[in-house]
Amino acid sequence: MSNPDQTPAVAKTSLLKLDARTRKRNAAETRFKAYGMIAIGMGLLMLVILVFNIVSRGTGAFQQTFVTLEVELVAAKLDKKGNRNLDDIKKVSTFGYAPLLKDAFEAKVAVAGIDTGIKPKQMAAILSKSAAAQMRDFVIANPDMIGETVAFEFLASSRVDGYLKGRVSRDSIANDKKISPEQLDFVDQLVSEGSVTKRFNMSFITGSDASDARPESAGMGVSMIGSLIMMMVVLVLALPIGVAASIYLEEFAPKNWITDIIEVNISNLAAVPSIVFGILGLAVFINYMHLPNSAPLVGGLVLTLMTLPTIIISTRASLKSVPPSIRDAALGVGASKMQSVFHHVLPLAAPGILTGTIIGLAQALGETAPLLLIGMVGFIASNPPDSIAAGLMSPNSAMPAQIYEWAKRADPAFYERAWGGIIILLVFLVSMNTIAVILRRRFERRW
Amino acid sequence: MNTMRLTESAVDTDIKITAKDVQVYYGDNHAIKDVSVEIQDKTVTAFIGPSGCGKSTFLRCINRMNDTIDVCRVQGDIKIDGEDIYDKRVDPVQLRAKVGMVFQKPNPFPKSIYDNVAYGPRIHGLAKNKADLDDIVERALRRGAIWNEVKDRLDAPGTGLSGGQQQRLCIARAVATEPEVLLMDEPCSALDPIATAQVEELIDELRKSYSVVIVTHSMQQAARVSQRTAFFHLGNLVEYGETGQIFTNPVDPRTENYITGRIG
Amino acid sequence: MWWPLNGTDNGTLRMSITAILFLAVLALCVLGYSLARNRALAGAGGDRRLLHSLPTYYGTNAAMFTAVPALGVMVIWLLAQPMMIETRVQGMIPASFIDEGSSIGLVMNDVRRVADGLDLAVKSGGLSADDARKLSANSDVRGMLADRGVALGSDVKPEVLAAAQTYRSAAATGRMWMVVVVMGLALIGFAIAVSLSKPDFRARNVVERGILALLMVAASLAILTTLGIVLSMLFESINFFRVHPASDFFFGGSWAPNFRGDSDLSILPLLWGTLYISLIALTVAVPIGLFAAIYLSEYAGPKLRAVAKPLLEILAGIPTIVYGLFALLTVGPALVRVFGRGDEGLLGVEWMSGATAVLTAGLVMGIMLIPFVSSLSDDIINAVPQAMRDGSLGLGATPSETIRQVVLPAALPGIVGAILLAASRAIGETMIVVLGAGAIAKFSANPLEAMTTITTRIVSQLTGDTDFSSPETLVAFALGLTLFVLTLGLNVFALIIVRKYREQYD
Repeated sequence: MSNPDQTPAVAKTSLLKLDARTRKRNAAETRFKAYGMIAIGMGLLMLVILVFNIVSRGTGAFQQTFVTLEVELVAAKLDKKGNRNLDDIKKVSTFGYAPLLKDAFEAKVAVAGIDTGIKPKQMAAILSKSAAAQMRDFVIANPDMIGETVAFEFLASSRVDGYLKGRVSRDSIANDKKISPEQLDFVDQLVSEGSVTKRFNMSFITGSDASDARPESAGMGVSMIGSLIMMMVVLVLALPIGVAASIYLEEFAPKNWITDIIEVNISNLAAVPSIVFGILGLAVFINYMHLPNSAPLVGGLVLTLMTLPTIIISTRASLKSVPPSIRDAALGVGASKMQSVFHHVLPLAAPGILTGTIIGLAQALGETAPLLLIGMVGFIASNPPDSIAAGLMSPNSAMPAQIYEWAKRADPAFYERAWGGIIILLVFLVSMNTIAVILRRRFERRW
Repeated sequence: MNTMRLTESAVDTDIKITAKDVQVYYGDNHAIKDVSVEIQDKTVTAFIGPSGCGKSTFLRCINRMNDTIDVCRVQGDIKIDGEDIYDKRVDPVQLRAKVGMVFQKPNPFPKSIYDNVAYGPRIHGLAKNKADLDDIVERALRRGAIWNEVKDRLDAPGTGLSGGQQQRLCIARAVATEPEVLLMDEPCSALDPIATAQVEELIDELRKSYSVVIVTHSMQQAARVSQRTAFFHLGNLVEYGETGQIFTNPVDPRTENYITGRIG
Repeated sequence: MWWPLNGTDNGTLRMSITAILFLAVLALCVLGYSLARNRALAGAGGDRRLLHSLPTYYGTNAAMFTAVPALGVMVIWLLAQPMMIETRVQGMIPASFIDEGSSIGLVMNDVRRVADGLDLAVKSGGLSADDARKLSANSDVRGMLADRGVALGSDVKPEVLAAAQTYRSAAATGRMWMVVVVMGLALIGFAIAVSLSKPDFRARNVVERGILALLMVAASLAILTTLGIVLSMLFESINFFRVHPASDFFFGGSWAPNFRGDSDLSILPLLWGTLYISLIALTVAVPIGLFAAIYLSEYAGPKLRAVAKPLLEILAGIPTIVYGLFALLTVGPALVRVFGRGDEGLLGVEWMSGATAVLTAGLVMGIMLIPFVSSLSDDIINAVPQAMRDGSLGLGATPSETIRQVVLPAALPGIVGAILLAASRAIGETMIVVLGAGAIAKFSANPLEAMTTITTRIVSQLTGDTDFSSPETLVAFALGLTLFVLTLGLNVFALIIVRKYREQYD
């Protein structure tokens, strides 16, 4: 040690005065802190923008414009033979019903004293293309009503609906062949007269998808069933398999290379892009096993494979959190290893397993990419399945696939549906996650 | 050496740190109660007492390290050279440059030995140029009694040294900023006896330049290295005085009980 | 085309046979359970203390012996039978029979439809089983089947009908043998297990070994999945490289699929688009995510942390389709308003024409990755020991100096790992790029142009009408394999880095 006493004489400084350097360093400190706050602010701002965007653009889908119209079900047109024979009535196609709508509008204009320059055909065009079919269904269900005048509530066409919601304006329809400013004037008159109204639209939630020409009648219902069936498949397969695999790996697996391979596989599968699982589903389930295209069963199988790693990882974490003393206690009274696991460890880990499973299901529910490859898009999911077997096997869509489908269509009216569909999807996800959080809070155990 | 120290009186009786009626709370827990103490310059002062008695907490008040704990509140006066360190105008950063600290576990940064020692001088802007910094680093390492062991591998990571070397590196790192007070929180508790002896020898050397405050749970160590000893118990400062007097003739029965091994 | 995976009525017919078989095995199970249990108890004279295991274990053992081999064989049979029949029937169709533009797959589809239609006809009583077997191609098979709701694209050719008949008879024979074998196995297992059920039989050990085997099978499903992924893509990729030069795929310069053949199918332009978008995404996500993590772990009080952390993590829970829509309908048009539309735009420039662009997809993907980066970095920053911070603060460093000069360098390997994981996410992300990036494959440095990515092309080559013999379809598998290898490599690399980093502080 050379001259430890040779301390250079540092001028004694007062602690009460900030020197210039400290001031500069503190400024850097403040800046750095500000960067952090800005970053959090940005992240939260994105969330706010996203949520605001979804809500503001999607809530419109839950409202729909309806036109109330009294239609005379003219017997001469609907039942020419006059014998109310259902088979004969069914022979009248929707084309046979269309003229009734024109007549109804004509009558309406006359009664209400609306002054409009447009022709009855153009008046009828403010209705959805589903109007005639709606009448036909009604008549087939109630053949006795032929000849009567019935008040119908028809869906307005998507342009009229958009006009009432502010999406369509007179400027935006300048080149639109489907609607003219005169028709909008007519709609205005009907609105003030009270027969065109906007109200809650249950059929968006319960109804089925509709073709390109009828965005106003498209709904999420059938794809919701598709998603539900897929989730059932995932739950029935992924939960037991995932729990079994976790128990094996956590409690029984010897430390050897096979176990290592399994572990590496699971952690890697958790990070494999979801689209790759779609390719797997297409190649194995559809091309090799010849399962039907677009079937929720195939979707469920693919999502099961995708969700398994998530469930296994969370299940293993909950098994791990059960202290070894519990196992020792069971083994100490002479239980076999298997009994100690199934009688003590598993029940104690159950809430954690359940939470992980729900979160895994929520992930699967929102997954879209693999569903595109197994054909759950590109068609109109029109009819709800009539049995469980049909629900599993017959083509269907799923909520996120339906949203994608709408986003791809040309008519902007479908965009509103897509945003609305997202609201429904998010409601499901939020409820699932809330349940998971509640479960965790309720049963969380600190050892 | 021991016996000599026991009878030795303080070389210098300048008061460096004055604490008056210090209270520390961790949330609802009243950790330090009414502690008043005067710590002399160029002296080794030992804080002893059973675990959880508040000796480390009090030590961390002296350079405001407790500020980094959210739930911790400090009341009362602590003055260094007559200046209240909890005054609003005091920047803890400047304070800590003046009051260095060595921790219980050696905590070298995952950087080279050189960078470890140069860290303090760099952030405080103590070196005018590279040569100056080299000088400071060498002086600090010499003062840390580790220069001869590391002078050939200043670029090696500090984490690669042995435990005792790491702790001496940390001491060198602390003295590199030219502090006036050096706080040591059980600096030898993670070291083996040989490394402990080296560090203790070093502490004795450091006394010549600094006011050293050392927290230790080993009474032997306190007796070996310190001139004055404070005994803490359950958050209270029970007894404070010459080390020799505390160990041979304690006033308070609690001190006696602790020293004779009846509490602790 | 096997139970219960068939929705047609024909499927329910087959389902009934398999279902009956299944129920029969189950019934035997239940019977075995009670028989074995009672036999063991009887052997011990009704005193269960004399038994080696609890009585239920004897029962479970019998049930296990009865059901597991039988049902296992049944599943394998159901999986293998259609394949074997298919190969056999395929052999019957002469190569000359396959028209130009058709494929063996399409012909086989016809065969299956005819066979199913005949089964249906027999079942609904419209045709006797004998008649169905003797049916000749001269009769109006198509019309008859159309009446039963089975629509055929063209008239049934004699070869197809013959193949269909073979198909039916082979299927029937297969089913019969399956019943025999499965029931046989169940009975043998039943007999063995019941006869073993004596008091000194170690039923519990046997049952537990059985359960352990089941657990093992479940765990090895992970390996099976990986194998399935690799093999399915590998086989089709090999098929692809048979019809398309690998050199063009890996080193060619353009991507121009052409369904009349002679396509340019090079991955490079797609890779460029993918990496470009990922780069933009990381440029957005890494600074924001990292700084957010730093602030949350080093500065924020418990209250802010309790609020901001879960809120940020919501961004991670939002499905990617939502981000895709956000890109296509919100961010894209907003960018066009800024960079496009000429004089009407905010900048008065005409740099961007459509909503889909690299920037659109990159920005939105960046938002998606913020919570991913921040929560990973948060974990990693928290893993840096407090002693490091104390050491630095004790020397009089400010918190930001401590973070920049001590914490971050110490956490660097972990953070690099986190960024690599985020990059792997970005490369494999599909929905955002499908909706937001566009479909044009090109090498361009302009972020306002539409470009396409690997995942987008996989989706577009595999949706719609696909013909699994054309390179335009098969290329998707080669793309998928490349994507898989790429992301896997990044992940493994990142995990190794992160693990090494954690070991350093454990």
